Amino acid sequence: MATKLPSVDAVLVGFGWTGAIMAQELTEAGLNVVAIERGDWRDTPTDFSPAYAQDELRYYWRHELFQRLNHDTLTIRNRTNQTALPMRQLGSFLLGSGVGGAGVHWNGQVWRFLPSDLKARSHNLDRYGKAAIPAEMTIQDYPVSYDDLEPHYDKFEYLCGVSGKAGNLKGVIQPGGDPFEGPRQREYPNPPLDMPYAPTLFGKAAAELGRHPFPHPAANASRAYTNPLGVQLGPCTYCGFCEKYACGNYSKATAQTTILPVLMRRKTFTLRTNCEVTKINLSADGKTATGVTYLDETGQEIEQPAEMVILSAYILHNVRLLLLSGIGKPYDPATGEGVVGRNYAYQITSSVNVFFDDKILNPFVGAGALGTMINDFNGDNFDHSGLGFIGGGYVGLMQTGARPIETHPVPTGTPSWGADWKTAIARDYLKTTTVSTHGAVMAHRGNYLDLDPTYRDALGRPLLRMTFDFTDNEHRMSDYLTDRASEIASAMGGREIKANPRKGSWDVVPYQTTHNTGGAIMGDDPKTSFTNKYLQSWDVPNLFVLGATAFPQQSGYNPTGTVAALTYYAADAIKSRYLKASHQPLVQT
Amino acid sequence: MPHNPVDRRAVLGLGLLACAAPLTSSAAQLTGAGMVWRANQSAWPTATDLRASYVYFTADEAAFVEAACARIVPADATGPSAVEAGVPLFLDRQLAGDYGKGARWYMQGPFGKNTGTQGYQSQYPPAGLYRVAIKAIGDHLSRDNGAPFHKRPAAEQDAFLKDLSAGKVDLGADADGKAYFTLLLQNVMEGYFSDPIYGGNRDLSAWKMIGFSGARYDQRPYVLAYGKPYPLPPVGIGGRPAWSVKG
Repeated sequence: MATKLPSVDAVLVGFGWTGAIMAQELTEAGLNVVAIERGDWRDTPTDFSPAYAQDELRYYWRHELFQRLNHDTLTIRNRTNQTALPMRQLGSFLLGSGVGGAGVHWNGQVWRFLPSDLKARSHNLDRYGKAAIPAEMTIQDYPVSYDDLEPHYDKFEYLCGVSGKAGNLKGVIQPGGDPFEGPRQREYPNPPLDMPYAPTLFGKAAAELGRHPFPHPAANASRAYTNPLGVQLGPCTYCGFCEKYACGNYSKATAQTTILPVLMRRKTFTLRTNCEVTKINLSADGKTATGVTYLDETGQEIEQPAEMVILSAYILHNVRLLLLSGIGKPYDPATGEGVVGRNYAYQITSSVNVFFDDKILNPFVGAGALGTMINDFNGDNFDHSGLGFIGGGYVGLMQTGARPIETHPVPTGTPSWGADWKTAIARDYLKTTTVSTHGAVMAHRGNYLDLDPTYRDALGRPLLRMTFDFTDNEHRMSDYLTDRASEIASAMGGREIKANPRKGSWDVVPYQTTHNTGGAIMGDDPKTSFTNKYLQSWDVPNLFVLGATAFPQQSGYNPTGTVAALTYYAADAIKSRYLKASHQPLVQT
Repeated sequence: MPHNPVDRRAVLGLGLLACAAPLTSSAAQLTGAGMVWRANQSAWPTATDLRASYVYFTADEAAFVEAACARIVPADATGPSAVEAGVPLFLDRQLAGDYGKGARWYMQGPFGKNTGTQGYQSQYPPAGLYRVAIKAIGDHLSRDNGAPFHKRPAAEQDAFLKDLSAGKVDLGADADGKAYFTLLLQNVMEGYFSDPIYGGNRDLSAWKMIGFSGARYDQRPYVLAYGKPYPLPPVGIGGRPAWSVKG
């Protein structure tokens, strides 16, 4: 028999970026909020102090900051006619665990989607006609526009103290910034980070080829910064341990370094760690969420009633909890019907190494979002006529820090071990850099999430099953980006380059990106989306689902900026309309 | 014996480990508590004890692993071999610990055949896979009436490892040779290039060879020093050999 606690105004499931943002917004509006997090409390001085944060083995390869798969993982396959097997160790993506979520070990790459990214179906139909979108490509427009999101992108950028250079201020193109971006109301809060040698070589080569290089917008502070909540970040020291690591220096924006010092002092906010939500509870008619049930660390079952339930875990956990709770119609790829698990998407990446003989690059000096980028081939910034694909991605040279277990590229023809390998890395490590590409993944009818029929987690619940592969659209697009990257890499003046295109089916082993998207997407039609434009469930109006879960497909940009903007957008609607309208649907069907 | 660069932090680290446990294992309800900070509960890494001999490997396993390490990163004038860098001891300690047990991995069955894109699907965690694979390699080589791996000439060892990596060596139903080589190569790279606190990269020798600066905290002076050699020697979490008292 579960212990039943007193009801609260809102209960949040999961406490990373979206949970912290929503809790901050709702407690500011006077609500009593409880957040339930299955992982540990984590903070800078105790868990990732600068005295030992620069530890490649411990944090990346032994996964200390990541989800423990012995507790819970997912199963994976490329196609429905295969048997999904468990992801037994992390690889392609690095799920987070604990307070701050995956936002603790992110790079700090803060992007806005293009206005046309948010209209992926209608924009491409208008420009390229029906033939451009194959029948199996189930892309949809977002139900929000760039203009809807702009103030919320801005709010997140100022929360994080993003370092960058605007390229479009209120419609006026700015020198030194990204001329392809949507108009922004004001400059970034901090100037760009100092740019090391290799990204400047990329920028010079790209400009000579007629591209439009600019500094990557970074949630790594280029100077001391106090955000609008009064929380302070310190200047980044370029230690080269951002991506896959936690920052020991209060320089990378995370929930811990931007929101929690304020939120954790609120008497109206309660955080419970090491507690795992097992179910969203519904009223008898299934139309109202009554709260959640969770297990505390001793295994005791506890019921937390709430007026509102907000899913703010990682996308895969949000989708699984909906399926385990029996909320929404599960998606069926055979019929194309159903909404939970629909339109799962990801990211497609490739790279080109550049080997120099005469240039010391010190690639270990770095920061998460430190680099020079171009968006000439992102989204619909270029004419796709005759190319055989839609969408695009960015190309850039990021110097995130060449930790040597992970990063020791060798030229074409060099073996991966032995005397020749050793000679090559001793010669090349300091004089090698890498151009990367980061491309969109469109939604496809056969790519989806459901519950696995065989495998179970430590609590005996079915694992989530992921059925996913890259389609022809992704491969053609990524090859195109790799070719553009190779052109720039060749123009950088090195001894030789080596292209590493993404070939074949999606493989869970090599790290790619932790940019899983979709599964409970937002839209205008309850038949093809789980939430309305305010991330509110069509079926259960006091249930909101945050995160990249809402993306109808994934653009060529990192998701976090848009994840945060959508969270602020939803919070705004909850505060200004939902709470005043007696918890009614914010969009009528 | 080389000076152990990690003594100072190792003692500190081991001493603090016991008190660190309650912080990460207790369920907490925090209301208006501010940021939770408890003095002296920092999560220091646990240093490897380099003094003892192998704790996981049997003598036969150690002979294979040392010989394989010596081919994967051989001895030459360029820099340390994997054996000189302490990689076999690193592997032993990793396999004896949580990593070897696959403590964080999902190891429930049923165990199916990987389609090629589904990653590690062995029923054995790393330590177990080393055990069955090295045994199967020994059996395989003795079936041909040949010498054990570690007694063969370097060229033969290289050829065997190449075949193993290409999936051309059948190790029977229990061990996939290619999967084992993939794991071994990854673990050797980890030992060779990780912080010396874990037993490999002895005296920061692999980092010196390539020029990696190590666990440095503030690189601001070097961001704009285009093309200039990095002026400082590498340093580990536990410091560097020059910091140890000689004697």
